[in-house]
Amino acid sequence: MIQVRELSKFYGKKSVVEKVSVDIRRGQITSFIGPNGAGKSTLLSMVSRLIDADTGSVLVDQSDAKKMKSGDFSKRVSILKQSNYMNVRLTVRELVAFGRFPHSKGRLTAEDEEMITRSINYMNLSDMEDRYLDELSGGQRQRAFVAMVIAQDTDYILLDEPLNNLDMKHSVQIMKILRRLVDELGKTVVIVLHDINFASVYSDRIVALKDGRVVRDGPTHEIIQSEALKEIYDMDIPIQQMDNCRICVYFNS
Amino acid sequence: MRDTSKLLVLTILALSFSGIYLFHDLNGSFDYALPRRGVKVAAMVLTAVAIAYATVVFQTITHNRILTPGIMGMDALYMLLQTILVFFLGSTHITIINKQLNFALSTAAMVVFALLFYRFLFKKGSRPIYFLLLVGIILGTFFGSISTFLQVLIDPNEFQIIQDRMFASFNNVNEELVWTSFAVTGVLILAAWRQNPYLDVLSLGRDTSINLGVDYDSIVRRMLILVAVLIAVATALVGPITFFGLIVANLAYQFFSSYKHSVVIAGSALISIVALTGGQWVVERIFTFSTTLSVIINFIGGIYFIYLLLKESRNA
Ligand SMILES: Nc1ncnc2c1ncn2[C@@H]1O[C@H](COP(=O)(O)OP(=O)(O)OP(=O)(O)O)[C@@H](O)[C@H]1O
Ligand SMILES: [Mg+2]
Repeated sequence: MIQVRELSKFYGKKSVVEKVSVDIRRGQITSFIGPNGAGKSTLLSMVSRLIDADTGSVLVDQSDAKKMKSGDFSKRVSILKQSNYMNVRLTVRELVAFGRFPHSKGRLTAEDEEMITRSINYMNLSDMEDRYLDELSGGQRQRAFVAMVIAQDTDYILLDEPLNNLDMKHSVQIMKILRRLVDELGKTVVIVLHDINFASVYSDRIVALKDGRVVRDGPTHEIIQSEALKEIYDMDIPIQQMDNCRICVYFNS
Repeated sequence: MRDTSKLLVLTILALSFSGIYLFHDLNGSFDYALPRRGVKVAAMVLTAVAIAYATVVFQTITHNRILTPGIMGMDALYMLLQTILVFFLGSTHITIINKQLNFALSTAAMVVFALLFYRFLFKKGSRPIYFLLLVGIILGTFFGSISTFLQVLIDPNEFQIIQDRMFASFNNVNEELVWTSFAVTGVLILAAWRQNPYLDVLSLGRDTSINLGVDYDSIVRRMLILVAVLIAVATALVGPITFFGLIVANLAYQFFSSYKHSVVIAGSALISIVALTGGQWVVERIFTFSTTLSVIINFIGGIYFIYLLLKESRNA
């Protein structure tokens, strides 16, 4: 379990995340939703130690994240940022291989190679594994980054809007893969989503942020309710039950 | 060509050029000319490796391919430190007579400056490259001008005497320091070479590095110290060659398609050796010392620098 306790972040005098406390349960998909600028990325960056929190703490399986060694932490928690820019030229396979760095420190074993191949296959990238990233479409590149995080093989996987740039087919494919990582391999996934229907269909729990605070936190069916969504997005969103999915029809609200 | 064959070709070229420099027109002067040329080749190889290594590492930790330690004024700083020592302590002071001591002091000062430099310029997020460039050029010019100013104030006779001892160039290699530098550089590079995979990760950017478990701040700090010492070595041996690092690092990036620092650093070091030994031979034999290698390198490097800037601004 990742326990976030009273985490805050200030930029100047403005607080962008304010005393957020959330529990991320093992073996579940937890989705973070909320309007632009709500503080979702900032929160994820603090949990994954990319930026320092101004106050508060993060416990990963009861141990203080701040006190863990960088090398150990990177074997337990991985993050994929919202945007990934690099000024080196890499092939898909080379990028995915970097995901093994916490384990191999740059010397890939046969086991590492196998894990790399498996992650590439998972993401349906095997026919383009030797292409350079700058020759791929935005969505293909995004999938390569997800494959890298999968190769890192951590218990906790944090993904900031991984469906960016993806078409419907690949969005569904990634969500299904994440579901499998959770259900079959016992991973814990934290994901920032803007399409609440993906959150509704695939996540176990939803945490809604607004203006740097948690406004809702609960099992999916409790959050996918018109009155909850009204509070989060200031929109009247009708909800339709289709088979066992609850779909939010927000297009004309 | 695969990277290993490219490296092999460059190695052969580097050996040949060093060989030509050593043995061409030797006329059997094994006792006199050969040892003197040997020391010079050693100095050039050391300089070549030091500048190439320092530049590639510096560009990786600052995430750019245009700024180099030379352009950010580090070799000008070394010269300023030397001038300050003479100015305030006089030409007979122990810190000037004893070259090893002098080198140690200057290097320590360089490391301190480099760390401060990084802290103020690079640490706080990413600043626009043109801003950094401007700061670097201003600092370089500033250090250079103060040096000149102080040198003018020093008694001309005294200045003449110390000039040879203090300020090295390719035609006036600082021979006393060659073996000290050899030891320092050797130890440093042996220690640093194992960090190459970490440098590979650093080139993916700060966030990805941290995600992959690299202790970002600490490795950047260590690498900066390495850069400062290597630049101090090169400047102490043959004087400042501001634009050399820029050329050899960028040639290596273009020539090797690899992201691996072990390949890029080795490649750019070999290119440097070829350029320095070949260049110095041309200066001595063809121009018969009518110009210096530093002048030629800075001329070519300056043009290349402008080309890179224009290319960058077109991409942006
Ligand atoms: N480095 C920074 N300096 C100053 N303000 C920042 C910085 N980073 C983020 N902010 C501000 O913090 C707030 C939260 O940003 P954050 O990126 O966490 O939002 P988000 O919920 O991820 O939004 P989005 O859905 O658009 O990705 C925003 O108002 C943003 O302007
Ligand atoms: Mg965001």
